[in-house]
Amino acid sequence: MTAMGLTISDSTTMLRRNLTRAKRYPGLTLITAAVPIVMLLLFVFVFGGTLGAGLGGPSGGRAEYADYLTPGLLVLAVGAAAQGTAIAVAMDMTEGIIARFRTMSISRGAVLAGHVVGAVVQTLIGLVPVVGVALLVGFRPSANALEWLAAIGFVALVSFAISWFCVALGLHSKTVEGASNLPMPLMLLPFFGSGFVPVDSMPAGLRWFAEHQPFTPFIETLRGLLTGTEIGSSAVISGAWCAVIALVGYLWARRNYENRPAR
Amino acid sequence: MEPAISVRGLRKSFGDQVVLDGLDLTVPEGSVFALLGPNGSGKTTTVDILSTLTPADAGQVRVAGFDVAREARSVRGAIAVTGQFTAVDNLLTGAENLRLVADLLHLGRTKGAARAADLLERFDLVEAATAHPSTYSGGMRRKLDLAMGLMGEPRIVFLDEPTTGLDPRSRRAVWDVVRGLVADGVTVLLTTQYLEEADQLADRIGVLDGGRLVAEGTATELKRQVPGASVRLLFADRRPLDEAARLFPSAAVDADALALDVPSDGGVRALKDVLARLDDAAIEVADLTLQIPDLDDVFLALTGRPTPEEVPS
Repeated sequence: MTAMGLTISDSTTMLRRNLTRAKRYPGLTLITAAVPIVMLLLFVFVFGGTLGAGLGGPSGGRAEYADYLTPGLLVLAVGAAAQGTAIAVAMDMTEGIIARFRTMSISRGAVLAGHVVGAVVQTLIGLVPVVGVALLVGFRPSANALEWLAAIGFVALVSFAISWFCVALGLHSKTVEGASNLPMPLMLLPFFGSGFVPVDSMPAGLRWFAEHQPFTPFIETLRGLLTGTEIGSSAVISGAWCAVIALVGYLWARRNYENRPAR
Repeated sequence: MEPAISVRGLRKSFGDQVVLDGLDLTVPEGSVFALLGPNGSGKTTTVDILSTLTPADAGQVRVAGFDVAREARSVRGAIAVTGQFTAVDNLLTGAENLRLVADLLHLGRTKGAARAADLLERFDLVEAATAHPSTYSGGMRRKLDLAMGLMGEPRIVFLDEPTTGLDPRSRRAVWDVVRGLVADGVTVLLTTQYLEEADQLADRIGVLDGGRLVAEGTATELKRQVPGASVRLLFADRRPLDEAARLFPSAAVDADALALDVPSDGGVRALKDVLARLDDAAIEVADLTLQIPDLDDVFLALTGRPTPEEVPS
């Protein structure tokens, strides 16, 4: 087998291991999926009437806010799932089997790649109930089949990038508790972006931050794909952010993995 | 032929704590070497460096003919490690753990399954194969751990305190596994704080203290290195005992037992010399035993400390 073939084969083995583990220890996956659903219900039913009226659209109100909110919440859900990834990685590193992997002649990145790809798969599965609940509370996407496919692909890309970053965070943390706290800002960034309200409504300084942080183009791209709003340059900027986040996460994760103390 | 393991001037510090201070070690292929030392003597660090888990600060380390720093991947292909902390996945069953290792070794489904079945059989784990390791006894976990290591048919096996925390029966089971490996020509480096284990399993023993080998040799050679060995001569009555006592002024007389303890290095030459002098003086000896200190005495003499406690049973 070629080096590339070995890497793919080893990563697939690790992916299968991670998915089996996730299936046998589902608590983490369930909690990370439950948080966005709770927030969805909270924002649509508690704040939705007022916030929707503020959007200034033709219909206004709760239904319009559900359309506006859902893409942002899906991106938030990607962040929440990545937090679960950091915890899972930190937990995994406490297992003796990682020492075994490191003394075996297997592709060095395979353990980490298995976590990342496993996280993307789990994230996509975890988003299904979120979309389901959104549809129930009034989300009416305008996307056709092709746009849905593009949206799924885009979410996978964002999840891939953020997962590499969170794998690095999980390796960086000395404890599982630390791994659960470090990615917290990821959950907050959609709030300081276009996730819940348009950035135009924010004061100048905050607005500048909102326009230049990665979650705003992520949300705008997904919103455009699902509800037909203008995407503009958001797609290209999102792609660039994903490339940078994935690369930094990958390099940092590799370094953390190689330099870990023996056990 | 290049030895299986060759270590020259190995140094390692964690912060300002020196753990290994110029360790030299050679283990010929197909032999069992025991690193014997108390807690904190550097045993686990040595295994970590030899198994590519931790980089050395200085020194040359070659395992299976490869440099651990520059050819880590080739080293990893030739070794298996069983540490103090069992390296199994607790969310996978015993059989799934073995399959995981088989997949990572690219054995292919048929070959992997055959070898897993063989190892489960050999380690008496067939019934436990579908259970999760968290339900296993300590001995079973250790055996599964070993079985996972052996999936790749390693040429060199590192066992870091393989029986620490095991009950005596599990301990014997692990010893049997090690003997089986030796019969297959595998080189074994094991660390232990139990003298009996080193004595039972190892061809050669190195006593590790303060980050370097303070003594090395076979169990017998080590025992001979410490003062205190003697030849105990037993006599039929008092007269030859007194005659012999005059012949060996440095000997201790035990009149009640009609015995004389002649200090000796425990070697054959010294023994012959004693016998020759008795013969020349025509002194009749009823019986003779060699009094050799056991490894506990060796440990005390070499490290200045008593040995750690024996395995709790």
